[in-house]
Amino acid sequence: MPHKIILVKDTGAVENKGVDFNTMLANQLRDSGAAEKASIVPVADIGVYDKGLVLRILPDNVTYSNVREADIKKIIEQTVLAGKIIEELSHDGRDKQLRIVLKNCGLVDPDSIDDYIRAGGYQGLRKALLELKSQDKVIEELKKSGLRGRGGAGFPTWMKWSTAKNQKTDQKYMICNGDEGDPGAYMDRSVLEGDPHAVVEGMIIAGYAIGASKGYLYIRAEYPLAVKRIEKALEDAREYGLLGENILESGFTYEMEIRLGAGAFVCGEETALIASVEGKRGTPKPRPPFPAVKGLWDKPSIINNVETLAAVPQILSNGGDWLAKIGTATSKGTKVFAITGKIKNSGLVEVPMGITLREIVFEVAGGLLNPEKKIKAVQTGGPSGGVIPKDFLDTPVDYENLGKLGSIMGSGGMIVIDETDCMVDLAKFYLGFCVDESCGKCAPCRIGGYQMLQLLNKISNGEGELADLDKLKRIAYAMQKASLCGLGQTAANPVLSTLKYFEDEYKAHIVNKKCPAGKCKYLLMYKIGEDKCKRCGVCVKNCPTQAISGNREKGFTIDQVKCIKCGNCTEVCKFEAVAKE
Amino acid sequence: METKNLDADLERIVKKWKDKKGSLIMILHGMQNLYGYVPRETALKLSQTLDVPLARIYEVITFYNYFKLEPPGKHNISVCLGTACYLKGAADLIDEVKKLLEINEGETTKDGLFHLDVVRCLGCCGLAPVMMIDEKVYGKVQRKQIAEILQNYH
Repeated sequence: MPHKIILVKDTGAVENKGVDFNTMLANQLRDSGAAEKASIVPVADIGVYDKGLVLRILPDNVTYSNVREADIKKIIEQTVLAGKIIEELSHDGRDKQLRIVLKNCGLVDPDSIDDYIRAGGYQGLRKALLELKSQDKVIEELKKSGLRGRGGAGFPTWMKWSTAKNQKTDQKYMICNGDEGDPGAYMDRSVLEGDPHAVVEGMIIAGYAIGASKGYLYIRAEYPLAVKRIEKALEDAREYGLLGENILESGFTYEMEIRLGAGAFVCGEETALIASVEGKRGTPKPRPPFPAVKGLWDKPSIINNVETLAAVPQILSNGGDWLAKIGTATSKGTKVFAITGKIKNSGLVEVPMGITLREIVFEVAGGLLNPEKKIKAVQTGGPSGGVIPKDFLDTPVDYENLGKLGSIMGSGGMIVIDETDCMVDLAKFYLGFCVDESCGKCAPCRIGGYQMLQLLNKISNGEGELADLDKLKRIAYAMQKASLCGLGQTAANPVLSTLKYFEDEYKAHIVNKKCPAGKCKYLLMYKIGEDKCKRCGVCVKNCPTQAISGNREKGFTIDQVKCIKCGNCTEVCKFEAVAKE
Repeated sequence: METKNLDADLERIVKKWKDKKGSLIMILHGMQNLYGYVPRETALKLSQTLDVPLARIYEVITFYNYFKLEPPGKHNISVCLGTACYLKGAADLIDEVKKLLEINEGETTKDGLFHLDVVRCLGCCGLAPVMMIDEKVYGKVQRKQIAEILQNYH
């Protein structure tokens, strides 16, 4: 069997130097006479980060990290040609992860359906169509597995499917939500790019279970590679008789098409997404009727997230009980998190439900970026989520526990926050996002979000009053109760949860006019440290408001009234004499 | 933009999609891929071809962030302001680009060389803060590197 060399293409180290490792590797393979023995597969992500150039060799299944140009020859000679593992280059994987959804990412060639089939692909579909031969039995497996939607709300997948299945109509639709819009989450991109057939297979099984004859894959236009890979996957599946008329001669006929998103966060809301697939503005509609009853073109439609669908084939091929063994009582299986922020190893991790936040942060992701700083909180669930302070790091992660703490699982964004991050600023960031992305259809979200943002701006500019905190809570409550869709109902969550756990920080901004983390620039004071100042006068020349006075003999001082906190003086000072307080 | 080809281009794209339900967004994607934005003449022609009011087309274009009404620059800079990039100082990068090029976000420099956009997430948070120029991604960018990076583009 020929070797495959998996080359991670997204690595910062590689991109920045402008060296094309792909070509270099190909040249070296040719020069060593190994061109026939190995093929190169560039992928985006295999779960190893900050380790320079990473290569994984199959079928040996050995991963080499921090590979330098000089090592490539050695790898080809020893591993590809002689089958030996080079110990000093080999990379130890992380242990507490459990890869189900990401199982194939980086291990199969995403453009090869044969590769996917060799890895056990399309067995779930075969079982559904040729062994179970019943929509109810497929849904029963899903019920046994306990799979819940991975897009945000965590609604049991089987229940959705069953509602749609029971609708009597001539036409139903299956939709895959691949419009990943949550800033800081990109698991859907990795699955679509790294294992497109898993999503396609999941979509066919889902289509069969609910009785749809047509499926739409709604994918962000910003992910051109994902679109290309899915297009290829659909083409190949059609050629193999896995898509189209009379699939696997079971009598089931099903077609799929891609629709591109165009950059609207609100399209994560089911009814808005449906409007967008119909080619209209993506504004939500009141529910009920739920899409499972009246959705796309008024026909029963099911929308599932990429990660949910990618788990479906394995549930079918391994049986629902298999997934039910993993996780907690209410949340089964694994969840992919995109962990970033002040963390050593940013990236995607897939962990079993029930693992604690502390394990994810300190064991799986390697701890804080700067170990000398203290962790303050972990933010989960993106703009609809909340913060979980460090005291609750030992909470097992599942839908219910995160909900109890005032946050949500969401699509799996996880931001680690250390003591240098300001909670008011963070709340402002997320709220600003929701205000930008509000579609404007309903007043609570359109007006409420904007008013809350004004109040937060007031607080971070040092003009806040204590009464503003009550106002924030009141508007937040109204938004939660009265907004038309999930965006508006959850937009206030980041503010509410930071207020719940970090009210002191808000009060420091309001009462003491100080930002404890030193982030809110209007509350900062710039001061020239006499010990470090060499009295060169560069800061004076660069101050746009002439706020710095003094002379070379006496030294310089900053007039706090004139100072507009632009930070020019800190930047131009070669001696780091201007400090922020 | 080559106006003379407009009819042919439009016809090709419309032909591909016109028999499919709800294809307006896909047609607009096709137009934007060709020209880099959706020119007003195109939108007008499209409205006549599809027999859809121009307002219907514009309500869609203006709703979605992805569609542009202005021609892009020769090089397009996207600075990521996703959560990870934000925490790691992306706002400073935006300030620096604005200062160096003397434009605001969504604007193109007078010579048409650069266009600056602030985007929500480029999906590579591991490299934060991230900036993309055309198709090239720059990761872990520091403020002082920007001038040097921009010099590579003419």
